[in-house]
Amino acid sequence: MNLEALASCLSSSACAVTQISTALIIGMLLFMVASGLSLIFGVLGVINFAHGAFYMAGAYIAFFTYQATSSFLLAFLAGALGAGLIGVIFERFIISKVYGKDILMQLLVCYAIILIFDDLVKIIAGPEYKMMGMPDVFALPPLEFAGGFVPAYYVFMIVASLLIGAMLWLAIEKTRIGKIIRALAINPQMVGALGINTTLLYAAVFGVGSMLAGIAGSLAAPTRTLTPGMGLSILIESFIVTVIGGMGSIVGALIAALLIGFTRAFGAIGFPLFVDGIMFGMMAVVLIVKPSGLLGREIAR
Amino acid sequence: MTDPFLHVEAADVYYGASQILFGVDLAVEQGQTMALLGRNGAGKSTTFKMIAGLAPPRRGKVALAGQGLAGRPSYRIARAGIGYVPENRQVFPDHTVDDNLIVAAKKGPRGDHHWNRERIYEVFPILASMKDRLAGRLSGGEQQMLTIARTLMGNPAVLLLDEPSEGLAPIIVQAIGELIKTLRGMGVTILLAEQNMHFCLGIATHATVIDKGQIVYRATIDELRHNENIKQRYLAV
Ligand SMILES: Nc1ncnc2c1ncn2[C@@H]1O[C@H](COP(=O)(O)OP(=O)(O)O)[C@@H](O)[C@H]1O
Ligand SMILES: [Mg+2]
Repeated sequence: MNLEALASCLSSSACAVTQISTALIIGMLLFMVASGLSLIFGVLGVINFAHGAFYMAGAYIAFFTYQATSSFLLAFLAGALGAGLIGVIFERFIISKVYGKDILMQLLVCYAIILIFDDLVKIIAGPEYKMMGMPDVFALPPLEFAGGFVPAYYVFMIVASLLIGAMLWLAIEKTRIGKIIRALAINPQMVGALGINTTLLYAAVFGVGSMLAGIAGSLAAPTRTLTPGMGLSILIESFIVTVIGGMGSIVGALIAALLIGFTRAFGAIGFPLFVDGIMFGMMAVVLIVKPSGLLGREIAR
Repeated sequence: MTDPFLHVEAADVYYGASQILFGVDLAVEQGQTMALLGRNGAGKSTTFKMIAGLAPPRRGKVALAGQGLAGRPSYRIARAGIGYVPENRQVFPDHTVDDNLIVAAKKGPRGDHHWNRERIYEVFPILASMKDRLAGRLSGGEQQMLTIARTLMGNPAVLLLDEPSEGLAPIIVQAIGELIKTLRGMGVTILLAEQNMHFCLGIATHATVIDKGQIVYRATIDELRHNENIKQRYLAV
């Protein structure tokens, strides 16, 4: 415990701004990954334990695209769309075979996919750490906020994630396709009987969920080292986020992701040994007090 | 001699190993309101699920306007013109009334787009006054109206109504009956499953009686009205 260090950081605006920006980028990456996980669970009713593999796939695809083209925009698009496409293929050929099956069966299938993806990465990219480096377009002086400095890329990441989250929310709440997807989550047989191709829609929703993980991976690529197995820790934290925020709620995922981001960023200074304990503790409290999560729908019927 | 508009021929349906429907034949012509009458458990809902593709027949044929439907996925059967309104009013409870209609909007099998929300709200004024209410908050009768309206949004060629009077107060049942008569007057082809014969006598043009998974009688509604034997044997409570 080092609460003095925490207090002194909070009283220095430079330190506080740095930690807040760290909290926000941790939070935003988690928000992207967790909203995909939550969307897939909310609509398809499967817990995608392989979700971290799509995050990793997005990061590596962005890395290689950047190596080949030196364009961050192309790298970002390739990472996002590549992960989405792999998600659709995974849904059609593998996970759709275990819909409605025992959750252990789903877990097993996803675990196999995680191992295969990790090995594929080792074969294609090698087992060693990779660094994408900061793209040239972001080689800008850091931006000043209240006496502290924040790298331009961090600002971009935060704004981009919030925009994507807002678009996702609008699409689900306000568009016709979003209304159909919400109906699909509740009564798929009825949706089919109204003339809607539910098989296609399931694949599309899985693709969008995987794309969100890929977006997080490609946004993270310039700031993190890439390793086979990098999907695992983010997967565990996104589970915590979806449990706290409520499965199926995008706003809940945002709030919970920020909660975890701030706990991680400030906990690293004030109580580094207890960060994980506190995260799991918060999850446990939510599970006891409100099992459906902060903003989760109460389980109907 | 042309084929009937909606034509089920010698259809057998199984749930797992147990056979539920035995060689069911059913014929509905355009503009008819056909009552499918039978006691609880006779096989009315199963017949509807078979037509709608939710319980495909193991043997036999289902055709609409000469186009074979059996074995197709339910969404393609809906697009071919079957408008299935299930029993138990399966509205989308967390959607508003308006959103329930929006989800179901589509063109009919020949590109027809007679039904849209504006038209629906003219024919269902009750729903117009509660557009923004969550469907789960409506009364049973209102939900029943909404499921019918929702299916009409898909511009079906035939409307399949599974026990729309079930579990509703007499005055509401009467309102649903008036609504079905209005639709009949507009030329909508209707297949209406009911155990409530008196409800059907007032609104149907023809009747088919099903018992233990087999069709046992078919006639015009007036013939049924005067056939005490059939009413006693298959429809008395
Ligand atoms: N999912 C099912 N599995 C097995 N048997 C069923 C199922 N649904 C209905 N049945 C049986 O099929 C028969 C016909 O049921 P149903 O078509 O619902 O009758 P109705 O609608 O005329 O009351 C009944 O004996 C019922 O018990
Ligand atoms: Mg029934």
